[in-house]
Amino acid sequence: MAPYAAHSALEPAGNQASQILRLFYGYFDVSALVFTLVIAALGIALGRKSDPKTEKKEPSRAQARSKHRAITWATIATVATLIALLVASVATGHTIALLPAQSPVRIQVIAHKWWWEFRYPVSGPATQFRTAYELHIPVGRPIELELVASDVIHSFWVPSLSGKRDAIPMKHNVLVLEADRAGVYEGQCAEFCGTEHAQMRFLVLAEEAKQFEAWKDAELQSPPPPADPLRQRGLQVFMDSRCENCHSISGTDAFGTVGPDLTHVASRKRLAMGTLENDPAHLTRWINDPQAEKPGVPMPGTPLPAEDQRALVAYLGGLQ
Amino acid sequence: MNPALESTIGNAPVTRSEPRRHSAVYDWLASTEHTAIGRRFIATALGFFVLGGILALIMRLQLARPLLHVVGPDRYNQIFTTHGSTMMFLFAVPVMQGLGLYFVPLMVGARNLAFPRLANFAFWIYLFGGIFLYIALLSNTGPDAGWFAYVPLSGPEHSPGKRVDVWAQLITFTELSALSVAVNLIVTTFKHKAPGMSLDRLPIFVWGSLVTSFMVLFAMPAVIIASTCLALDRLVGTHFFNPAEGGDPLLWQHMFWFFGHPEVYIIFLPGLGMVSEIVVSTSKRTLVGYVPVVLANVATAVLAFGLWVHHMFATGLPQLGASFFTGASILIAIPTGVQFFCWIATIWGSKPKIDAQFSFILAFFATFLIGGLTGVMLAAVPINIQVHDTFFVVAHLHYVLIGGAVFPLLGGLTHWFPKLTGRMLSERLGFLSSGFVFFGFNLAFFPQHLLGLRGMPRRIYTYLPETEWGFWNLISTIGAFLLALGVLIFLINAARSLHKGPAAPANPWGAESLEWAVSSPPPPSAERKILLVPSRYPLWFGQLGRVVGVARDEQLVTRVVDAEPDHVVKAPIPNLMPLVTALATACLIVACIFTPWGLPVGAVFVSAALFVWFWPTDREPALDTERRFRDESEPKRVAT
Repeated sequence: MAPYAAHSALEPAGNQASQILRLFYGYFDVSALVFTLVIAALGIALGRKSDPKTEKKEPSRAQARSKHRAITWATIATVATLIALLVASVATGHTIALLPAQSPVRIQVIAHKWWWEFRYPVSGPATQFRTAYELHIPVGRPIELELVASDVIHSFWVPSLSGKRDAIPMKHNVLVLEADRAGVYEGQCAEFCGTEHAQMRFLVLAEEAKQFEAWKDAELQSPPPPADPLRQRGLQVFMDSRCENCHSISGTDAFGTVGPDLTHVASRKRLAMGTLENDPAHLTRWINDPQAEKPGVPMPGTPLPAEDQRALVAYLGGLQ
Repeated sequence: MNPALESTIGNAPVTRSEPRRHSAVYDWLASTEHTAIGRRFIATALGFFVLGGILALIMRLQLARPLLHVVGPDRYNQIFTTHGSTMMFLFAVPVMQGLGLYFVPLMVGARNLAFPRLANFAFWIYLFGGIFLYIALLSNTGPDAGWFAYVPLSGPEHSPGKRVDVWAQLITFTELSALSVAVNLIVTTFKHKAPGMSLDRLPIFVWGSLVTSFMVLFAMPAVIIASTCLALDRLVGTHFFNPAEGGDPLLWQHMFWFFGHPEVYIIFLPGLGMVSEIVVSTSKRTLVGYVPVVLANVATAVLAFGLWVHHMFATGLPQLGASFFTGASILIAIPTGVQFFCWIATIWGSKPKIDAQFSFILAFFATFLIGGLTGVMLAAVPINIQVHDTFFVVAHLHYVLIGGAVFPLLGGLTHWFPKLTGRMLSERLGFLSSGFVFFGFNLAFFPQHLLGLRGMPRRIYTYLPETEWGFWNLISTIGAFLLALGVLIFLINAARSLHKGPAAPANPWGAESLEWAVSSPPPPSAERKILLVPSRYPLWFGQLGRVVGVARDEQLVTRVVDAEPDHVVKAPIPNLMPLVTALATACLIVACIFTPWGLPVGAVFVSAALFVWFWPTDREPALDTERRFRDESEPKRVAT
């Protein structure tokens, strides 16, 4: 399988995630100290020798006073520590909210059961283009994601770049993130959303500006009409097998929006939201019986005669 | 006016006919002994604990390695939903309430509960609810939208079928039961304390139980309303939560967590009460800081209602509002911290004997502390939005709930086993059990913090090998099985001692509170003497007195604050109406899953049952109390 993408809050690759990790380490250090002190106090308390004078008796005023004083000081220390933590938390939240967001790249994120759709607004006759699974972003620029869900609540989370934000039906949420360096970062739905919640992954591909623009231009291009007879037949199978009811392919008559856009499906690293390798064998299995690969997925199985199957896979496999 | 009713409120003494004799089965079903009902609650809850634990082990097997097929996603989702619902609704709350039903009357020196038949009703409702859930799970209709059942996922469009209805009605069952027990415990504590047991002498466990009962009264209605709205959306097509029709999915989350967060404290405050009891009895020292500990309980209960939004930081709420909830969530660490300091100060200079019960308390100290500290982390919005809905939270909540409730519970059960059964547990098996439980628990859950930080979300049934989550998941699974082994040893120890444990004396630990003043197991309530309580630690200092002048079938009612005697009431006569009413209620609740007509038709049967239940009889003068109070002088008190 392909090398695994960064997927950890402990390995930040963006400003937001770095700020959060710093705060986390601060909290962690304080917690470790508090834990040590409390357990040490307990250990000492257990080890001290017994004072028979207080056994089953109300302690004298002096005995009680020293303990009450200790409890009071410990409580004061606790309150002071917690206030410091509260201030640190609010300050970090503030810093993250104020991170520069000039001329952000705006991308719409639409969460579906169980796949991610990304819509890039563009100028020109086509006002936008759609992709699935892979979110391409330019490095070093703030990205403003507009999150919404089409069905149930999902949550957009790329641990290496930022904290999560829910995608909720009929509610527009915004998440700003930024990648410091080029790379592939894995994300996953974090809010339980039904049967295939576990298989609702996506990738963030952070690219240098030039590479990002080139990718965008390529996305806007419709793939050339299939030239060889096998792929021509594949397109025909695609249309005849009602694939086009749910999927769209730019430059053809397939306009479905229920499922992912397949215009450049062959360029993606994985199929079915990261469940399968993107190669002819897996694509064949997926088309034939998606339920076997990802139980619960809304896509129906499409068993085809071997020749049609080969043609369809050849056609889709050429959609770079 | 109905002549039968008139005679009961008239001043003329009512002739009481001899109570009818009944079969053993009738007596068992109708029992109004708080000890019997409490024991049933505890045993049933432990049964559900085992079932929920088995579900947890199935999940751990499924997650032990990447891409396993122990169960499929559909079954897995039913299992994790049922696991969560079982542990919260069918184990944690009922077992704490069961201990309350058993021990609160003993600890405050009451003969019985204020409303023993209501307690009997509560048990049947709880049992029927639990059976109903597991029948549904075994017939592949187990709820599968999570124990939090977020809409719109749990709504009619995305969860067709009856699975979510099962969940919503399970809530109805368990909330009815929890509310019935809560009012029982509140009134018993306030009005049936023995004379002298003023509020400032209540044992800390009783305070914990009292405070959580009040929390139940305020928290449960929120979830009853929420689940009713959900059931209406699903059954009759209302649109409370349907975003397409102007309903609000976040409204559900607010209502659910307004209940759901206090629920956590409802579960572990009684646990902390047990810690106080065991720390005091083991160290043989009075609790340092009784008043701060009581105030900490009350403060926790109040604050608990002001921090539900920290479950919703990722939903995109305004930042300023979120900061308020960060503050409240961080503040709640203070009262818990105070209790820790008071316990350590109590142990200081006592050289306690570390026995099996105390070993569970030591396990509690270390684990609950970690749970509290990660709780403070989760209060911080920036950290929260990274680790929210990941295995970090799974680890946190198990540290809090197993650390803060199950460890004290196992300690408490060890502490009270002699009183509950009249037999002593084996110390050796007790230590073995606490060792496995502690070690297994930490092995199972500590690595989950790391998994969460490294990107593993909650509620996923599988993961890819490239995630490198496999190693720590395998360790976690091994830990879970060791933890289960520890619990098994505990249960074996209990079962063994039940048959051949040495007989327990009245007070095997030399403890201080009133439950140890009666024999082990306690005599039937009618035969219990009413004590006169001289101090906060009545078995340690002060002269324990006795109140005379209260007949066998009567309960003394005392004033709330100072526990001065006020009047006496007749103990209610056991009958089958609580069971019948519970059956009728269960039919209503289950019928409502299938048709809205379940409500009006079921209500007729429930009302009929209640009419019979409350119909005044000559054997049971409902308002006899007034007459007695006027006719006779205050019951005499005689110190022995």
